Amino acid sequence: MSAPRPLPGADAIRAELRRLSRRGLLRRGLSLGSLALLSGCDLSTHSGIDAALWAMLRFNDRVQAALFSPSRLAETYPASAITRPFRFNAYYPEWQVRTVDAATWRLELAGLIADRRPWTLEQLRALPQESQITRHICIEGWSQVGQWSGVPLHAFLSRVGADLSARYVAFNCFDGYSTSIDMPSALHPQTILALDFEEMPLAPEWGAPLRLRIPVKLGFKSAKNLQAIAVTNTYPGGYWENQGYDWFSGV
Amino acid sequence: MSHPAHPLPIRIMHWIGALAIGCMMLSGWAIYNASPSLPFVFPRAITLGGWLAAGIAWHISMMWLLFADGLAYLAYGFLSGHFRRDLRPRGPRAVLRDTLDALRFRLPHRLGHYNAVQRLLYSGVILAICLAVLTGLSIWKPVQLGWLTGLFGGYPIARGIHLAMMFTIAAFLAVHLALVAIYPRTLVSMIASVSAESDEAGQ
Repeated sequence: MSAPRPLPGADAIRAELRRLSRRGLLRRGLSLGSLALLSGCDLSTHSGIDAALWAMLRFNDRVQAALFSPSRLAETYPASAITRPFRFNAYYPEWQVRTVDAATWRLELAGLIADRRPWTLEQLRALPQESQITRHICIEGWSQVGQWSGVPLHAFLSRVGADLSARYVAFNCFDGYSTSIDMPSALHPQTILALDFEEMPLAPEWGAPLRLRIPVKLGFKSAKNLQAIAVTNTYPGGYWENQGYDWFSGV
Repeated sequence: MSHPAHPLPIRIMHWIGALAIGCMMLSGWAIYNASPSLPFVFPRAITLGGWLAAGIAWHISMMWLLFADGLAYLAYGFLSGHFRRDLRPRGPRAVLRDTLDALRFRLPHRLGHYNAVQRLLYSGVILAICLAVLTGLSIWKPVQLGWLTGLFGGYPIARGIHLAMMFTIAAFLAVHLALVAIYPRTLVSMIASVSAESDEAGQ
């Protein structure tokens, strides 16, 4: 008959508890929620209410992801429905629009992408293009119909060997803006890397030389003045998302 | 015999609904202020959230409370006979007669009984709330719920109806709160179990 196992001492229990709580903290630390919480009290000056509102935003994001159908298309319009003049919108006024030299500009690729060589404008123009006349709906409530054409993002991501099972596609812009979208929305047939606006190469105020145009999301997701695209499983956030704009923002 | 002027489920659902609609309206004003479609804004201090992102966070949080409360209320209203018995609108002649009586302060207010004006106002505001919810869904998801947005004539019109329903509900609340101030015992009857008054008019 073997002797009974000695009971662990209090020190051993404390050490184990510390180890467990550290692991728990780490796990929570990697979750989308605490990333948002780290960004401070943007939604309410009361920290408890702020946390509750962030939690509800994340719940709503899950509902929105469930509501999203990859085959449901945004309504398209005839050319006569295009809004003129088209309204400028950015996180800065129009006189602060940045420009780049189209000849030296490159689209950089990062993250879970097999071929991360940068792309020139000519290379992007050589890919098959698609055109759409869709409604751009701003989170502020106003909307306008515009015409964009460019490279479908799903075709581009497939071509560069992106991991299409990854969770996020992140966009960084040379005007300091950034945003990110879920992979199913990135692969939606109407999500394009737009090169043209109203059949003309993008002007700086409309996002030259390359912008995202995603009619299944609110307007602020259609990032202008693109610099880099990254495919990742780590929540990338974004300029407005980090301040409390609903991340999924699907329409 | 006595039955309560307002049964307990109605009293509970009324106050949850009041909280949800109050929050929806005040947070909606914060959203409206980001891009006013009419030539005025709501004072920031009386909005819920204060700015766009916080207004939206409140709006799409409280929408779940309104959903749950509204669906429970509609189910109760239809199944218990409350809508059929108490809120079904009367004909235009009864509405006209009761309106004239009300304007001359001759319309008796009996707890637990609904005159033609009350029936019209309560059924009207329930309809306005339903329309506010449906247009709200249609401008929240104009692609995923595109059929609903199309039913309202497209995104810009649906947004306009949503705003109009807010004003309709606000106008109802102005009348509703003024009448509660005139007849404070109605407030008591929506909180505590107060017996319905006898129907002396024998209607």
